Amino acid sequence: MRAHEIYPNGGPRIGVYVCHCGFNIAGKVNVREVVEFAKTLPFVVVAREYKFMCSDPGQEMIREDVREHRLDRVVVAACSPSLHEATFRRALEQAGQNPFFFQMVNIREHVSWVTEDPREATEKAKALVAAAVRRVIFHEPLQRRRVPVKDRVLVVGGGIAGIHAALTLADAGKHVYLVEREPTIGGHMAMFDKTFPTLDCAACILTPKMSQVAAHPNITLWTYSEVIQVEGFVGNFRVRVRRKPRYVIEELCVGCLQCIDACVYKDARFPDEFNLGLGKRKPIYIPFPQATPRVVLIDPETCIWFKTGKCKQTCLEACERAAIDFKQQERIEEIEVGAIILATGFKTFDARRIPEYGYGKYPNVYTALEVERLVNASGPTGGEVRLRDGRIPKRVGIIHCVGSRDERFNRYCSRVCCMYSLKLAHLIKERTGAEVYNFYIDMRTPGKGYEEFYDRLLQEGVHFIRGRVAEVTDWAITPDEEGKLIIRVEDTLVGAVRRIPVDMVVLAVGLEPQPDADEVRRMFNISCSKEGFFLERHPKLAPVSTFTDGIFLAGACQGPKDIPDSVAQAGAAAAEALALIDKGFVELEPNTAYIVEALCSGCKTCIGLCPYNAISFDEARMIAVINEALCKGCGTCVAACPSGAARQHLFEDAQIFQEIEGVLAYV
Amino acid sequence: MSKPKVAFYWCASCGGCEEAVVDLAEEILQVVEAVEIAFWPVALDFKREDVERLADGELVATFINGAIRTSEQAEMAHLLRAKSQILIAFGSCSHTGGVPGLANLYDREEILRYVYEEAPSVINPQRVRPEERIEVDEGMLTLPSFWGAVQTLDQTVEVDYYLPGCPPPVGLIRSALQALLSGNLPPKGSVLAPDVALCAECPRKPTKPERLALKELKRPHQVLIDPETCLLAQGLLCLGPATRSGCGAACITGNMPCTGCLGPTSRVLDGGAKALSAVASILDATGEAEIERILEGIPDPVGLFYRYSLPASLLYRRVGNGERAREGRSS
Repeated sequence: MRAHEIYPNGGPRIGVYVCHCGFNIAGKVNVREVVEFAKTLPFVVVAREYKFMCSDPGQEMIREDVREHRLDRVVVAACSPSLHEATFRRALEQAGQNPFFFQMVNIREHVSWVTEDPREATEKAKALVAAAVRRVIFHEPLQRRRVPVKDRVLVVGGGIAGIHAALTLADAGKHVYLVEREPTIGGHMAMFDKTFPTLDCAACILTPKMSQVAAHPNITLWTYSEVIQVEGFVGNFRVRVRRKPRYVIEELCVGCLQCIDACVYKDARFPDEFNLGLGKRKPIYIPFPQATPRVVLIDPETCIWFKTGKCKQTCLEACERAAIDFKQQERIEEIEVGAIILATGFKTFDARRIPEYGYGKYPNVYTALEVERLVNASGPTGGEVRLRDGRIPKRVGIIHCVGSRDERFNRYCSRVCCMYSLKLAHLIKERTGAEVYNFYIDMRTPGKGYEEFYDRLLQEGVHFIRGRVAEVTDWAITPDEEGKLIIRVEDTLVGAVRRIPVDMVVLAVGLEPQPDADEVRRMFNISCSKEGFFLERHPKLAPVSTFTDGIFLAGACQGPKDIPDSVAQAGAAAAEALALIDKGFVELEPNTAYIVEALCSGCKTCIGLCPYNAISFDEARMIAVINEALCKGCGTCVAACPSGAARQHLFEDAQIFQEIEGVLAYV
Repeated sequence: MSKPKVAFYWCASCGGCEEAVVDLAEEILQVVEAVEIAFWPVALDFKREDVERLADGELVATFINGAIRTSEQAEMAHLLRAKSQILIAFGSCSHTGGVPGLANLYDREEILRYVYEEAPSVINPQRVRPEERIEVDEGMLTLPSFWGAVQTLDQTVEVDYYLPGCPPPVGLIRSALQALLSGNLPPKGSVLAPDVALCAECPRKPTKPERLALKELKRPHQVLIDPETCLLAQGLLCLGPATRSGCGAACITGNMPCTGCLGPTSRVLDGGAKALSAVASILDATGEAEIERILEGIPDPVGLFYRYSLPASLLYRRVGNGERAREGRSS
């Protein structure tokens, strides 16, 4: 269809505005020429240039023209629509015109910044303006939709990031559901003894926050629970949470732990997950003394009753509150929330993937996380650093960058390993008096007080050897290497290969995405970066937002970070969520897809494709139906509809073809 | 008052479209009663001169089936166009190129070489090929020239309406004739078939699941086809979702998948590309290797997705051997 066919009498009145963007555009594009060219295009009533079109006088120029020249279409050739489309649409609206009678041409990112030759740049700008003018003729008036938002927030993950986000929101008076997969909140931080660089006791600063969560009237805490389904959209998410059976009624258990004492197993004999297998627990247990909620649970894999059906059930007898329930089933909870904060954390690199470091082969090779438990006062050794045979190590080697900055595994720097290695070096030296060697590639200590901490370690006499360790071996060459682990490394500062015999090796394992990060990202409809961490909307300006409105990120699920950064990000995510739900409504863009009912054959091709579950099949009419409130305007169904019955506002075929023809006609 | 005159003609086609007219059965008598057939070489003895004698526009309607491959077909198309008030492209070949249009995958030289030299049934040691002009004792003999590519009718002359199908379903022919005789015609350029895809009238539609995730594509000869269930759900590539309705799901009723002869709906620019993207969207593949494996179920993608429409598609023809699209009509 040609413009004159739909406008036999007069036709649209278009204004074209070309921005200089200072020298950004005008330095390459001959703006005056583009304006003169625009004046020659059909239906263009007025064409103007201005230094900064987005500025107040620039916008006023447009508003005045809309009123004075009765413009009903506006084209602005300036920067990226992601920057200022909203600005100019607003200007149209203020001038009394529908804001969607507008088309933006990006002659900065698409032209002046990338096209070398000024002549070519000018021609390209003209072609793009011609295309936009032809397209905007076919624009239709559209309305934004307002949808009320639910006043509650879901926080997924109860590590320090999730805890901080939940408390911030709860303190602001919003109800928070905090869902944690493990039986207790606290995450990795709960496993640490001290935190760098201040050597604050981790438990002393974390456990008060944990009990605050448990006691907060605005927080519903669901531990040992997992999100299994997410539907809906910003402001209106419907979430299903699976609450796994603990076989202990949470509301009745007071954490007296008498059941544990009464268990038919007199001694703890099963590997304790919280202590990474370095300690033992019974089938009925509490992960650690400050676990929150302070509720025991039964592990059916090791409990005699579950395994054989024959047990005296002494735990049951011991419980004065009848909290133990061997018949407990999993429960599915359904909640509705306005915003979601993902704080699902990280996992540490599996050191077995580097066999030359001998983890799993030599008992005295530990991961840093295991050593965190060893130095922890409430850990399996009560804070004493002892080898598996009970000896106290005299020489300890800490190998940095295990699984990080390594082409074979992860190219990225895990950011925290240098600092925690320094902390562990300090603690080991403090507890054992051992000689501690750090094997590093580069020391990375950018943070408040971090470099000072490094200096302190240097003064404490910890050794630093620069070079990536080649291998850890028990093959002794000299008598003083006998019975020791030998770290072979090229000392790149000395320029020689060295063999350092030690009693204990600590592998500073890097941070990786959770193993199920990809499934989680699919469930929440967000993206991952190529490393597998959740992707933020913009690395600088939207670091806690995702590409799915209403879903925010906090902590190491977005990328390796230390506690201060995680807490800061959690606060930011809470603020974003708060800003969203406190407003009470969301405005949805009208660039949604729709199905022309008379043309739909009901082939259902679109239904399974919609990433937002916005399309359903109307069994009565045998056609597909789009819920516009759920539609995000991704266009997948429109592209896939085999009979062209699915269409999209602002991306109508006529608009797109006119745009293409506009470019081609000019070129 | 004399009866309105109509004509039927065939170009590059198989003859099935002529059969389709006869498929009207006794209804054809009503047609003959209402109109005078002025030209129908396949059924009645007419000569080109009979057409040439007519005044311009004397024919109320002409139905041309078949694609345009030779200079003679083009000449006849131009001649009939001039003599007709309404020109109807009848059947897939004249509408979108049809099966003969798949010859656009080969250039003129490849076709002639194969047909006159390489085909297993050919014995031609002198490599004799037909010539457009040859001097014999009796004088100069001529043959129509064989173009470099197959064209649709509307790439050759202006077309008023399209009756799609391979061949057009009787029901569509009947309603087209009724529309023609009553003068109750849709806007010029229309395809005289419903503008909704075939699933709308498919008896198996209720059995199609909302989410298809095919791990394997099957071809009809490889499986026992369940006669009740949606063919796509059985892993058979049925082009029904991307094809106009109007045939009453004839092939599907015969337990065979739709091959797309009625062409795409009016909103679709390139039917093959649309069908391809719809099929791509129902595959359940992770990773390139699995995609490759699934695609082994489509040994001839052009033959599947553009079986009836290569000349009318954005592809038009294969470009090669220095020949450019729409060139090389005659040598």
